[in-house]
Amino acid sequence: MQPRILELRTKILKKNDELARQLRAEFARWGVFVLNVVAGPGAGKTELLARTLSCLNAGYRAAAVVGDLATENDAARLAASGSDVKQILTGTMCHLEAEMVRGAIADWDLNGCDFLFIENVGNLVCPSSWDLGEDLRVLLCAVTEGEDKPLKYPTLINTADLVLISKTDLAAAVEFDVAATLKNIQLVRPGVPVLLVSAKTGQGMDDWLAFLKLRREEKQQRWNTDNSAARDSKSLS
Amino acid sequence: MHELSVAQCVVDEACKAAAKEGAARVTKLWLRIGALAGIVEEALRFCFDVAAEGTACQGAALEIERVDLSVMCENCRQPRTLAERFLFVCPECGSPTPEILAGQELELVSLEITADAAADS
Repeated sequence: MQPRILELRTKILKKNDELARQLRAEFARWGVFVLNVVAGPGAGKTELLARTLSCLNAGYRAAAVVGDLATENDAARLAASGSDVKQILTGTMCHLEAEMVRGAIADWDLNGCDFLFIENVGNLVCPSSWDLGEDLRVLLCAVTEGEDKPLKYPTLINTADLVLISKTDLAAAVEFDVAATLKNIQLVRPGVPVLLVSAKTGQGMDDWLAFLKLRREEKQQRWNTDNSAARDSKSLS
Repeated sequence: MHELSVAQCVVDEACKAAAKEGAARVTKLWLRIGALAGIVEEALRFCFDVAAEGTACQGAALEIERVDLSVMCENCRQPRTLAERFLFVCPECGSPTPEILAGQELELVSLEITADAAADS
């Protein structure tokens, strides 16, 4: 038989995209606002999340899953906040995929949970193409990483919905140039909001928490509007 | 090395589609990869050979079409192609260009399939 051509025109990551879509729908139904936190190793993801969870626990229910190649150290650090926390061990995998998130939250009841933080594997390249069903992708850049980090890793930064410049308590010690960094971030992701934060001193934490709460409320409102619109169209038909 | 995950997905999708058509083997695959997709072509080719081993895709050729990063310049009202440095500013007028038109593709475009089980050996 002669070989023949089969047209597919399909997305290579179709399976992950579909799973992420299902997760996103479930998260919306449960009313949980989901963040995918990405950064290079050592940018301060876990320290920021530990402080964020502790702050949110007064008044909100928050949970976290954390991805690492090895060790459960980060989960232990985050669990100290009192939140539900689960570690995903990826072995040699450099990023999280939707399937891993689904597996990690499978035995949790997230109905009524306000925030779910997904701490991705420390990597500034690989997580970019994998949708985890998140509402917001937050990228951390520590002042210790230098001003040109955004220019060096444009593919991941270009997918960020929010950039946090972290470890600002060390800014003076490393002679960090805030203006140059902000300019570089806007060059690779024009229009992205940027916040400065120090999990150690608490500087900027209020703005970050206010941003989270606002985005969560906006999502709730959208969800309520969509649902009442769906109910209306049902009662009309 | 996320290219291994991508290669695994390529092989899975291709094998699934080929089986549905009753084909025994995939002899060639055409992919479209955007410049902003973060894929190193050499790494993907290497990983593809590894992922394809023992499957219907084993030994298949990989044709990769690179798609340039293009954006819309609102100021010039013109689409613009950006160079590999990925600075999202219009090369003509210098305005920020957040709107991406192409360059994020990770697509399996088509396959060459055959009912013959073995290669021409």
